Amino acid sequence: MKPVVEVNNVGMKYQSLNGEITALENINFSVQDGEFVSIVGPSGCGKSTLLSIISGLIASTSGEVLLSGEKVTGTSPKIGYMLQKDHLFNWRTIFQNVMLGLEIRKTVTSSAKEHAIKLLKTYGLYEFKDKYPNQLSGGMRQRVALIRTLVTNPQILLLDEAFSALDYQTRLVVNDDIYDIIKKENKTALLVTHDISESISMADRVILLSKRPGKVKHIYDINFDIKNRTPFSSRETPEFRYYFQEIWKGLDVHV
Amino acid sequence: MSMSNFEGDRVAKETQVTKISQEHIDFLHRVRMEKISVRVIQILIFGVAFLLWEICANTKIVDPFITSQPSRVFNTIVRLYEDGVLFHHIGITCWEAFVGFVLGTIVGTIIAIMLWWSEFLCKILEPYLVIMNSLPKIALGPVFIVWIGAGPPAIIVMTLAISLIVTVLEVLNGFLTVDQEKIKLVQTFGGSKYQVLTKVVLPASYPTIINALKINVGLSWVGVIVGEFLVSKAGLGYLIVYGGQVFKLDLVMTSVIILGVAAAVMYQGVVYLEKMLVKNKA
Repeated sequence: MKPVVEVNNVGMKYQSLNGEITALENINFSVQDGEFVSIVGPSGCGKSTLLSIISGLIASTSGEVLLSGEKVTGTSPKIGYMLQKDHLFNWRTIFQNVMLGLEIRKTVTSSAKEHAIKLLKTYGLYEFKDKYPNQLSGGMRQRVALIRTLVTNPQILLLDEAFSALDYQTRLVVNDDIYDIIKKENKTALLVTHDISESISMADRVILLSKRPGKVKHIYDINFDIKNRTPFSSRETPEFRYYFQEIWKGLDVHV
Repeated sequence: MSMSNFEGDRVAKETQVTKISQEHIDFLHRVRMEKISVRVIQILIFGVAFLLWEICANTKIVDPFITSQPSRVFNTIVRLYEDGVLFHHIGITCWEAFVGFVLGTIVGTIIAIMLWWSEFLCKILEPYLVIMNSLPKIALGPVFIVWIGAGPPAIIVMTLAISLIVTVLEVLNGFLTVDQEKIKLVQTFGGSKYQVLTKVVLPASYPTIINALKINVGLSWVGVIVGEFLVSKAGLGYLIVYGGQVFKLDLVMTSVIILGVAAAVMYQGVVYLEKMLVKNKA
């Protein structure tokens, strides 16, 4: 089967008055349908840049990205992007926030509205639909942000440090929530994070990037011998520590 | 696990409203009392000041010919009213201030949008904006009179000149401080520049625009009065200049007081607008 995402020889150079910065160099990997892939790497290695390139927000300076075989030339409705913070607009109600993507794509239909209502109901937010974001907790807001992405029916979710703005406890819960939703809705996901534990706990594969210029240093296959895997239960397995050690060694952190 | 967590959130949000303790009642009472005392003292200051002014004038501690006094101000208002010119003067000045204010806000916001839209244009115009901002606009008064002729249009242009550049700079600054990530969010959905403007930049800038309006209220009155000082046959500014020239301080004081009231009413109008526009400022 054709991979959903193919990244071929992608490189990125930034120009500035002080010279040229190579952020990414020769990146190659692919993501299969329904797979959850994490990208980890030291800060400044171009992880977020890579997501921006895949989403079509910025153009790479070399190489290409294919989505189901089609070359990326700009933003695509196949992709849903989750940012670090929920960025709910506090002048819009929860429902209006959820409809933002559809409004921008001019695809607000009654069936799309029903879909939004259904998602809000499924994930316990229906009764908050006329409230404003500042009346919701951090975890709930992140869930609203995910629903805002899901109502546009993306095939692939790009999570750009999507949990790092939450406090640790909330984060563990939201990890489980979002993982659960992504699996139920059958989405392919690509998560960028600097948190090794988070990357292992959610992913089927972890891609490790090197220091700048970012290159793929290693790809780890993650397998847990448990039923009904959740990010939280993954953290409790013996394999988890092994993977952590491996990736930690691979990261080669010197302070 | 995740479902029970949804429940947890809901319960946490709802338990805030139950029973009220004695401490809370006391607290609410204290807050209320403080609010009342503030208002009472505010009114007292006003009353005492006017009373002192009246007494001092009556007992000739100050010369009412120079300082006027509340009873004379009142009589002046009545006389202006009986002559049928009170609302004529107030109306003209308020109309000029209002038109100048609305034009300044709309034109200023449109220029700010253009500068936001084209960074290149913004870079080109920056030094001109800086110079025009620091130039005392009153110096342009005679120019406007020669170009436009003496009368309300020149006064409105004077008002515009004073408030416009400040509005542009203030609103543009608001646009530029909108969270880049929020803009990125709209772009991830494939949003165009126009959509970035209408979905994020403008609504996120409402508080800034309202603040610009509040500054503009004051500036518009400055513009109008300066304009009326320079050229006018009617209006509160005209009454002040005329009263000063013929040494009728009653007329000057009366006009100043009416001006204060009018400006306060207009400011409250903006505050009301703010309440309508800016929901849920968090």
